[in-house]
Amino acid sequence: MRGKGYKKRNRVLFLMLLPAVLYFIIFAYIPMTGTVLAFKNYNYIDGIYGSPWNGFKNFKFLFNGGKIFRVAFNTFAYNIVFIAVNQTLQVITAVLLTEIAAKRFRKISQSAILLPYFISWVIVGGFIYNLFNYEYGSVNNFLQALGKAPVDMYSNIGAWKYILVLVNAWKWVGYGSVIYLAAITGIDKEIYEAAAIEGAGKFRQIFSITLPLIVPQIITLVLLDVGRIFKGDFQMFYQVTGNNPLLYETTDVIDTFVVRSLLQLQDVGMSSAAGLMQSVINFVILISVNAVVKHFQSDYALF
Amino acid sequence: MHYKLSKDRVVFSIIAYSFLTIFTLCCILPFGFVISGAFSSEQSILEYGYSLLPHQFSTAAFRTILAAPGDILNAYGVTIFVTAAGTLTGLLITAMAAYVLGRKCFPHRNAVAFFFYFTTIFEGGIVPKYILMIRYLGIKNNLLALILPLLINVFYIIIMRSTISASIPDSLIESAEIDGAGEFQIFRKIVMPLSKPILATVGLFMALEYWNDWFNAMLYVDKKSLIPLQYYLYKMLSQITMLRELVSKVPQLTVVTPPEESFKMAMTLVTIGPILILYPFVQKYFVSGIMVGAVKG
Repeated sequence: MRGKGYKKRNRVLFLMLLPAVLYFIIFAYIPMTGTVLAFKNYNYIDGIYGSPWNGFKNFKFLFNGGKIFRVAFNTFAYNIVFIAVNQTLQVITAVLLTEIAAKRFRKISQSAILLPYFISWVIVGGFIYNLFNYEYGSVNNFLQALGKAPVDMYSNIGAWKYILVLVNAWKWVGYGSVIYLAAITGIDKEIYEAAAIEGAGKFRQIFSITLPLIVPQIITLVLLDVGRIFKGDFQMFYQVTGNNPLLYETTDVIDTFVVRSLLQLQDVGMSSAAGLMQSVINFVILISVNAVVKHFQSDYALF
Repeated sequence: MHYKLSKDRVVFSIIAYSFLTIFTLCCILPFGFVISGAFSSEQSILEYGYSLLPHQFSTAAFRTILAAPGDILNAYGVTIFVTAAGTLTGLLITAMAAYVLGRKCFPHRNAVAFFFYFTTIFEGGIVPKYILMIRYLGIKNNLLALILPLLINVFYIIIMRSTISASIPDSLIESAEIDGAGEFQIFRKIVMPLSKPILATVGLFMALEYWNDWFNAMLYVDKKSLIPLQYYLYKMLSQITMLRELVSKVPQLTVVTPPEESFKMAMTLVTIGPILILYPFVQKYFVSGIMVGAVKG
């Protein structure tokens, strides 16, 4: 009797799990098998599995085009700078927010800083255009008010590196600082009181108590970011630059390159070769980082 | 000693308040420009550029929108439908999976959890997914193409599973079991009502993703009646940019007047309006969600 009820229970549980299982099979595992496209000469009629194989031709084409190296470099370089800048600003913001005395100011400031997280990249793209467009942009407005010549940002390729780093920080620092705020709030208040009695000032307290105690969170968040260091945020790069071909030199990352090759050039072979390369490199990085971390300090391991 | 301490505090306060003030302004000002631009007359924008306060107050842009609201209302409708349908369906599937994976009596639950988690470690990428959606599932120009890609997220299942097992004691579920309740009944009558806070939090994250999505529309939708709000705005903004470049390059084309600057701002405001209005009420759910995610994710 118990055995029968147990079986029935498990059948119901399995049925409840089924939609999620089917979802991941269709939208994650089947696309994984679809990476064979990288070695095929795809045509619509024969589909993913019926199209003829063509060996490494797609990869040859991809590497001979030369763009992939620049795009891969951009992806790495941007992500490294993003990690450094964002983590630093997040820690600073969280520390300052917890230490200031004015409660109202803190609340308003925290709400404002989190606001960019809620806005779509389309809107952010619109903001960027408002700031930098040549005729009505606020930046040029301001420059002209100071009696200086207006600048055409869209012909200044180098500037976009800095703009992207700033915009990315603007969008994400609020989100990240919430995580650090939680960590700092969890620190025992008595430690600070004891330090104050010993004569430690604000700065001393921050550097000797707060920062050392949130090192675990810093490591965890940096590791999470390192795990996706070869993935570019398509939406950001696409919208902030307005997908402007003049700016590809400094702003093109793998993800924008793949989507463009797929949608504009309709080149399924080359874009899936680039996509597979990205997935494999990212997989290898993630596994190795995790293995190294597990070896030294298993608490920080991602899985 | 007392003097030294207070000097330290003064320096700290100056740094803290200036840094946070500048950062706060950077986050608020762009919205200020949009609101002001939306309520400025076109003439004053052309003359003075965007500014924080309207040089000349006008509601002309909103009157233009209201004069022919068909497309915008339609885009709003698509977004609201996709957000509601996607969030509710996704939430149900996520909650059921989270409940089952948390049930200790369920065999292979760790294997299934890994089966889910592995999809975040290795991904097939956008190209196979795109071909799957269009050639195999045949859902180009179908609302499902806007709903399915964002339906389930592994991290939400993980977060919900650990929240449910932390907040609902096994003994409660076991006693319901002894009383003869079936698994789905336990889920519906006990687990769901007790998990309202985490359901609200995860639901809001899902809804935000649907509300802000334009990427899937760009990939899978070109039929006018199925275009969601964000993609509608994107198309409008980029058309204006293209038109302006065209006009500046080909002088004969000056007859084509690009949609007005104030109109663009008004459209942007119409798109982010709901988020700005709801923000004060939902912020705390997101803050708690980010914290839960940081601990569990």
